[in-house]
Amino acid sequence: MTSVVGHKPLSLGRVAIHATLLLACAVYLVPLLVMLLTSFKTPDDIRAGNLLSLPEVFSLIGWIKAWDSVGGYFWNSVKITVPAVLISTLLGALNGYVLSMWRFRGSQLFFGLLLFGCFLPFQVILLPASFTLGKLGLADTTAGLVLVHVVYGLAFTTLFFRNFYVSIPDALVRAARLDGAGFFTIFGRILLPMSVPTIMVCLIWQFTQIWNDFLFGVVFASGDSQPITVALNNLVNTSTGAKQYNVDMAAAMIAGLPTLVVYVLAGKYFLRGLTAGAVKG
Amino acid sequence: MASLQLCNVHKRYGAGQPDTLKNIELKIDSGEFLILVGPSGCGKSTLMNSIAGLEDITGGQILVDGQDVSGMSPKDRDIAMVFQSYALYPTMNVRDNIAFGLKMRKVAQEKIDEEVARVAKLLQIEHLLMRKPSQLSGGQQQRVAMGRALARRPKIYLFDEPLSNLDAKLRVEMRTEIKLMHQRLKTTTVYVTHDQIEAMTLGDKVAVMKDGIVQQFGTPHEIYNDPANQFVASFIGSPPMNFVPLRTRLHDGQCFGLLESATGVAGQARCELALGEAAELEGRELLLGVRPEQIQLAGADSTLPSLTAEVEVVEPTGPDTLVFVSLNDTKVCCRVAPDAAPQAGARLQLQFDPARVLLFDAASGERLRPGKRQATERKVAQLKRG
Amino acid sequence: MSSTAVFAKASPLDALQNWLPRLVLAPSMLIVLVGFYGYIFWTFLLSFTNSRFMPSYKWVGLQQYLRLWDNDRWWVASKNLLLFGGLFIGISLVIGVLLAVLLDQRVRREGFIRTVYLYPMALSMIVTGTAWKWLLNPGLGLDKLLRDWGWEGFRFDWLVDPERVVYCLVIAAVWQSSGFVMALFLAGLRGVDPSIIRSAQVDGASLPSIYLRIVLPSLRPVFFSALMILAHIAIKSFDLVAAMTAGGPGYASDLPAMFMYAHTFTRGQMGLGAASAMLMLGAVLAIIVPYLYSELRNKRHD
Repeated sequence: MTSVVGHKPLSLGRVAIHATLLLACAVYLVPLLVMLLTSFKTPDDIRAGNLLSLPEVFSLIGWIKAWDSVGGYFWNSVKITVPAVLISTLLGALNGYVLSMWRFRGSQLFFGLLLFGCFLPFQVILLPASFTLGKLGLADTTAGLVLVHVVYGLAFTTLFFRNFYVSIPDALVRAARLDGAGFFTIFGRILLPMSVPTIMVCLIWQFTQIWNDFLFGVVFASGDSQPITVALNNLVNTSTGAKQYNVDMAAAMIAGLPTLVVYVLAGKYFLRGLTAGAVKG
Repeated sequence: MASLQLCNVHKRYGAGQPDTLKNIELKIDSGEFLILVGPSGCGKSTLMNSIAGLEDITGGQILVDGQDVSGMSPKDRDIAMVFQSYALYPTMNVRDNIAFGLKMRKVAQEKIDEEVARVAKLLQIEHLLMRKPSQLSGGQQQRVAMGRALARRPKIYLFDEPLSNLDAKLRVEMRTEIKLMHQRLKTTTVYVTHDQIEAMTLGDKVAVMKDGIVQQFGTPHEIYNDPANQFVASFIGSPPMNFVPLRTRLHDGQCFGLLESATGVAGQARCELALGEAAELEGRELLLGVRPEQIQLAGADSTLPSLTAEVEVVEPTGPDTLVFVSLNDTKVCCRVAPDAAPQAGARLQLQFDPARVLLFDAASGERLRPGKRQATERKVAQLKRG
Repeated sequence: MSSTAVFAKASPLDALQNWLPRLVLAPSMLIVLVGFYGYIFWTFLLSFTNSRFMPSYKWVGLQQYLRLWDNDRWWVASKNLLLFGGLFIGISLVIGVLLAVLLDQRVRREGFIRTVYLYPMALSMIVTGTAWKWLLNPGLGLDKLLRDWGWEGFRFDWLVDPERVVYCLVIAAVWQSSGFVMALFLAGLRGVDPSIIRSAQVDGASLPSIYLRIVLPSLRPVFFSALMILAHIAIKSFDLVAAMTAGGPGYASDLPAMFMYAHTFTRGQMGLGAASAMLMLGAVLAIIVPYLYSELRNKRHD
């Protein structure tokens, strides 16, 4: 094994390492492959073949049926996710700006209180939140879900921006103040243009969190206002009629595709968000 | 340009906290260059931020051209600042960095272009105008930071340790350039540094600070030659002033200090210095303050008190050589010309000028200025030694 | 001079500027105080009432907690959480560390391999659950695949076996999260000073022992971060159970999060649900507080 560090390209150790890594790749990819294969099969085909057998004929029937049953909820998810992501990112940026550049008595305490929100098990706020949404007339509405996602996404979005702005020398803000710039001018003209990577991290983090959410969706929405995760779960776990696995898998692909695409296009920021969210405040 | 006066300025961060600034009294005229110098944590940066309006003061007044600005926000004080980290706006190019302050003040575009061109020419950064700060070297960033301040033609310029991020060679170059710029533009300037060489070379006036208190305020000459206390004497000058504990002897109402080297050569290892009226010195532990260049090799003026000491270490620095000996069990540095430099282990005859050495109270660091009887006293001391 | 006029005019604006930071933060402060801490307290209150379908404020003391104590389903859920959490965390850590160390050996196409390991993290737990529910389907899933491939006697029906259904959750959760652990450790490994490894090699240590004795012990903070995040995922797990087993068969694969949802929102046991939520909060606090405490203490030592 010691030879591994050297530059001998084809030692036994290196072959073993590559083989192990590729095998692991296969294991990670198989579920996705199975989903894809199954979604293009017909129910008869599914019963005749196995998970990894190729479809007899590539059939789009599963995808069509899946879109019929969850397509509307897909748009619900879009309508919930887009505003919630934008609002919570903007609020997080403003909060992070104040918490790093304009500290005042009590602002650090507030940050500590907010940070705990990153670890909050949401079960503990579900009941009062649903009472409140009911009082506001927002129960079972898209707007209600947007509100909930903004509120409980605030901890992470603030953390992202605060941690970034803390790394910027506050001389920058002092210089701008002497140049005559005010609170919002400094934010808009100087800090925001510097924050593009952090904005990306935050947008992608919030997008995956909110798109993938199930708990808030199932508790605060019903019927026509449900997001796609809830619709998918209902589709898969209905016990009436024969199971149509091709439809289930196509629906799961539809639900998973937006976040997968974002991950493939902007994996760098996705990873940075995960580790930033992971490694302390 | 404007004059600047600080009256009894006081700053404390919160009840129960120690004072960060205590009774600061400083005044410079229009066009003067003021240096705030001191070790880190002495309050010099806080004082500068208070002048800029970036921090509020808790007492006293800050007057610019006689008008109290202490309640004003930074943008209304018409003050520009150059930061240690330069604080250039990273997403703007050099031109926009320089123009930003003018834009914020809603200056007309032609006027802005004119000003940018003027300072770019002045600082020789015309070819850099379209670059981003990250594409500039440290020295170039430094120039842009100065350009940003100059473009606004403010009443007062503040420099917050502007050279400390540069390498040694560039630092000397920029120092000269800042001095040149000040001579040409006659701008009222406040300059914070912890570098005593910058303090000596640049300032018209120097304020030495420690623990939030101005220890001494005066010209560089006064600060160097007539320090107010042991702290100022030790902080300014490199290598620093020697402080030697003195044993004293009273004779005829006069106080004499005894210096002794560890060489053991009988009769030549000690000398006495006349210090002044005994009444003022009696009962105190005394420190003799003498700068390295004030200890001379004997021979030039035989009337001065002298002694023989063994050289322990020799450090050539190029222009002159530092020689270390032990006097009264304290290591003492003497600065000699390189061609006169001895070897380690050699014996040197050193002489002291009692008129130029300083006396400090060892306990408080306070400068002691005892009255002196003139001229003849030296000779008396000399005879006594023989 | 005109500057006095400027001063007078700017004054109210200046005052506003001074208050702006507080004004901007105020909505968020309100949200946090009410939406986080106020609501926690509200739930806390509810857990001491006999609320059923609707909130009632009739005080019943610790009765709901006592009911939980006597509730067999709650005990199953709690034991499942320990089993699921323990296995999920342990296996994810082992796989994640192993893959990270292997990937750290200047491997070809590292970027691609890393992307493959991490993509499940981008998926919703519902999607993951749906996929694995199909993969583990007794009769048509892996079960059939291996028989088709010639392993005649192969049977895999853990998904409907009350004794083993929890392991199915573990498999799916590990698939989803182990890549994330890999990414955390890989980032940590890249931060290790390479001269440490070189000097250990000069001292004659073999590569495995360098990793086991020097490199991995220096990644203790990464280890604790990963541990904490995984524990947090385990305690909050709700979607995975909902999609894969809905807690079944029976309530054999119930977890506290599922228990809380079922009692609060479908079975009309609001008080009991609130009590279970408070216990979940307690579990999270028991993990987070020591972690944050040690983090903050370390920071102060820096």
